Amino acid sequence: MRVSLEEVTKVFDGGVTALDGLSLDIEDGEFFALLGPSGCGKTTLLRTIAGLETASSGAVRIGERDVTRLAPGERDVAMVFQDYALFPHMTVADNIAYPLRIKKVGRAERRAKAADTGASLSLAGLMERRPAQLSGGQQQRVALARAMAAQPTVFLLDEPLSNLDARLRLEARTFLKKLQHDLGVTTVFVTHDQAEALALADRIAVMESGRIRQVGTAREVFQRPANVFVAGFIGSTPMNLLHGECVAGDGEAATAWGHQVDVAGVRLPVPEEIVTELNPGDKVIVGVRPEYFAETEDGIGGQVEIVENLGTTSLVTLTTEGPRIQVTVPEGREPAPGTTMHVSPQPGRMLVYRADDGELIDAP
Amino acid sequence: MAEETGLLPQRSLGGEVPGGGDRRQGLAFVVPALVLITVFLILPALWTLYLGLTDYRLTGVQAAHPKVVGTSNYTHALGDKEFRDALGRTLLFVLGSAIIGQNILGFVLAWTLRSARRWVRTLVETLVLLAWILPGVVVAWLWIAFLKDQGGTLNTILHTPGHDWWFDHPMGSLIVFNVWRGTAFSMMLFAAALSSVPPSQLESARLAGAGSRQQLRDVVIPSIRGHILTNTLLISLWTFNDFTPYLITKGEPHGASAVLPVYIYLTALPGERLGFASAISLIMLVINLLLALAYIRILRRRA
Repeated sequence: MRVSLEEVTKVFDGGVTALDGLSLDIEDGEFFALLGPSGCGKTTLLRTIAGLETASSGAVRIGERDVTRLAPGERDVAMVFQDYALFPHMTVADNIAYPLRIKKVGRAERRAKAADTGASLSLAGLMERRPAQLSGGQQQRVALARAMAAQPTVFLLDEPLSNLDARLRLEARTFLKKLQHDLGVTTVFVTHDQAEALALADRIAVMESGRIRQVGTAREVFQRPANVFVAGFIGSTPMNLLHGECVAGDGEAATAWGHQVDVAGVRLPVPEEIVTELNPGDKVIVGVRPEYFAETEDGIGGQVEIVENLGTTSLVTLTTEGPRIQVTVPEGREPAPGTTMHVSPQPGRMLVYRADDGELIDAP
Repeated sequence: MAEETGLLPQRSLGGEVPGGGDRRQGLAFVVPALVLITVFLILPALWTLYLGLTDYRLTGVQAAHPKVVGTSNYTHALGDKEFRDALGRTLLFVLGSAIIGQNILGFVLAWTLRSARRWVRTLVETLVLLAWILPGVVVAWLWIAFLKDQGGTLNTILHTPGHDWWFDHPMGSLIVFNVWRGTAFSMMLFAAALSSVPPSQLESARLAGAGSRQQLRDVVIPSIRGHILTNTLLISLWTFNDFTPYLITKGEPHGASAVLPVYIYLTALPGERLGFASAISLIMLVINLLLALAYIRILRRRA
């Protein structure tokens, strides 16, 4: 079922504004991530959809129904909490059947349904155990089963993977994506881990201090971050954000492209599609991911300061006349610290942001 | 190996202690406390045990030459109507004021104050605590004045001058008094217990559609069962041994408000039957022990 938020604002009793006039549409069947640093309001947004918090103003709709003032139990949503919130004194079967018990479903039907749901999540042999006797991954599946048992129209997951250890997290991630695909139920999840959001979600909303900074598919958010905040947040190695200035082109560039961007004394070509958006003298921020820098003879020069091994690649930090630059180099091509290296962005991989508001300069 | 041990610091268990003292020196620190405990706790307890086997009285021949009468004090007590009435009153007192009154009122207060405004919570907590920390003599006098037949506060409020609450309903008044006096402990204990219930469990229940009563039944009570048990035991024992009723009614009228501690006192001092009173004291001690044992068993079975 579609979830839509219109101008939702949430101000807490202490006067803290957690959500600031936020609008968002989540499509039916979508796997949607709310991503942002801690304190950005992503959990408050999830809890507002759940009904555990009530919006100070604005409207929340699930399908065609306005649920803004409805109690959590009347919204037909299910939530899996970060700590799973299983009832420790109940067996796995009773935990899964709990929403059905509240809905006054008969005992036999309840047990049958719990057994079915449990079996579909490979919990068949564990139905009579208590939560304390289960591993973290099993507990998570019980929590998912409890959420599924009531067949809600929307699933809400709060940091679904953060309580699992690193190896199990990858396994659970794959499992979760398949489960959501199979069920086809609209699912919204909260995470502070950009890798998790990129891997799982059909679309991602990146949030900062109660507002959404960008909504898009993983590819859009990764390749074309709409502003320097998103650019700095997405990616396992942060994007290089280099201050520069637009200058009139010289030589061949003057006839071919018109303008160039001066970064740390090196002139980089302005991407063709935005050349009309820039004038000489404009202050800009150039964004290039470390992966998208290539070694060239006439690029930005710098001394190799640190080399960090990332497995298949290494992250090299260069000190230049201007800011530090980070680039990745393939296995076996690591330069020695102290040597000089020249790098420039791969064609088409350079993003230009306005220095004053940090927004991406896009094709007109 | 032999030369290497010289490098390790010399340490011996039990004998020398850091600082160069020995066992005797350690003992010297403990002896004053041991002497006090022996004189004021152990000897009186043994003396009571002995007295319970005699016909010792405060005055008269039996005071000068008490006779050992064996277990006859105990057999007499168990068959004595006055004793059994006092025991029955005590059980009523414990059931009404502690197990039902303080437990339930304390829980209701803790549960409702959770979502109350800050100043309301502080105000109620202070008032309830005040009843608990005031000295027994003060609260006794307050309640005598509150329920007095002539010019008592309650009679003035209810426009029922001359109604003697302490005379007409001695046990009922005592139960109300003890609920008022002792609820603070239960309230504080339950407030601490409730704050240990994970909010996400309550929210899970709410999302499933559970109302307040279902949240209490399915989440809150199961997770604070240990606290309820501990609280019930403690307040039961305290109420069972409470002597404050004497300060208010002295067991009047005609022993109708004499709970067991008061009955023992009345038997021993104004009644002068020290031997018999000692025997009842021991019976009371045994009842206390049984209560505590039952509690430990239940706790252990849970663990």
